[in-house]
Amino acid sequence: MIEISIEDRTLIELICDGLPLAARPYQVLGSRIGMAETEVIERLRNLIDGGVIRRFGVVVQHRRLGYTANGMSVWNVPDERVREVGEQMGQFEYVTLCYQRPRHAPSWPYNLFAMVHGAAKDKVLEQVQTIAETLELTHVERDVLFSRRQFKQCGARYGCKGKVDNEPCKTA
Amino acid sequence: MDDIDKALLNDFQRDFPLVARPYAEIGACLSMSEDEVIEAYANLAEQKYISRIGAVIAPNQVGASTLAAMRVPEDRLAEVAEFVTSFSQVNHNYEREHDINLWFVVAADDVLEVGEVLSRIEAETDLEVLNLPIIEDYHLDLGFKLEWA
Repeated sequence: MIEISIEDRTLIELICDGLPLAARPYQVLGSRIGMAETEVIERLRNLIDGGVIRRFGVVVQHRRLGYTANGMSVWNVPDERVREVGEQMGQFEYVTLCYQRPRHAPSWPYNLFAMVHGAAKDKVLEQVQTIAETLELTHVERDVLFSRRQFKQCGARYGCKGKVDNEPCKTA
Repeated sequence: MDDIDKALLNDFQRDFPLVARPYAEIGACLSMSEDEVIEAYANLAEQKYISRIGAVIAPNQVGASTLAAMRVPEDRLAEVAEFVTSFSQVNHNYEREHDINLWFVVAADDVLEVGEVLSRIEAETDLEVLNLPIIEDYHLDLGFKLEWA
């Protein structure tokens, strides 16, 4: 990973709100923080190449596009296999997040989390089953947690404090 | 939604052009004018098909965050959820179908501040909070391939 300067941080905070829909969006962004258009572009390129910005582009709304079911699949994978399994699981196209997290025995035995999106619950469960079969995890303890009530959803992302979508946080 | 909209949604989720006039470059790919591309994205944003064109930051590069979970008795869920939501550092807060039923993300400037929020929630609610920070991240975010029936 690369060093993140103050200028980079400022730019990251700014870009979290989204790229302006203007002919020269990087110039518009730069003008807000006194940075030249070429420098904005250069810094963004370095942040992308350096892995700080993981993806730069259109961020779609899954729910609005019909992917209304999201299931958090959780797996109790033997520690010595978790990296290999995780790296493969993260590549399924309907998996949008895949992390190793700590177990909390005895109430929480799972150490691998993969968010699975689908058009319906059945579809999500089917996809989880496919993952299990493909990665030979059918014998591994697992569960799928579907969301019920949404109490808060800011659209905040890592590195972006507070709201980012030009609308207030949705709270129930 | 027409084929142009689908292409605008699917094809530019990553490697968005880093050139002075990115919308013109996209237009060149799709045989559209720069203005038409800008207008089409404005419409997609207006209709909430996209949340933004922007950067997805790798976890824990800037600031610190964790996923936290609690087992909350059903009759206290609304009250506890409201308390958790009241923290500005909490940006997602969901009920999930499990006996560990309240799931939220805490994001703050550093690990200490994250820990403080979790401690305050435990102290105030008298319920255990499971702290589930990322140990390793396995997902290379390449965008989400949309399929239309």
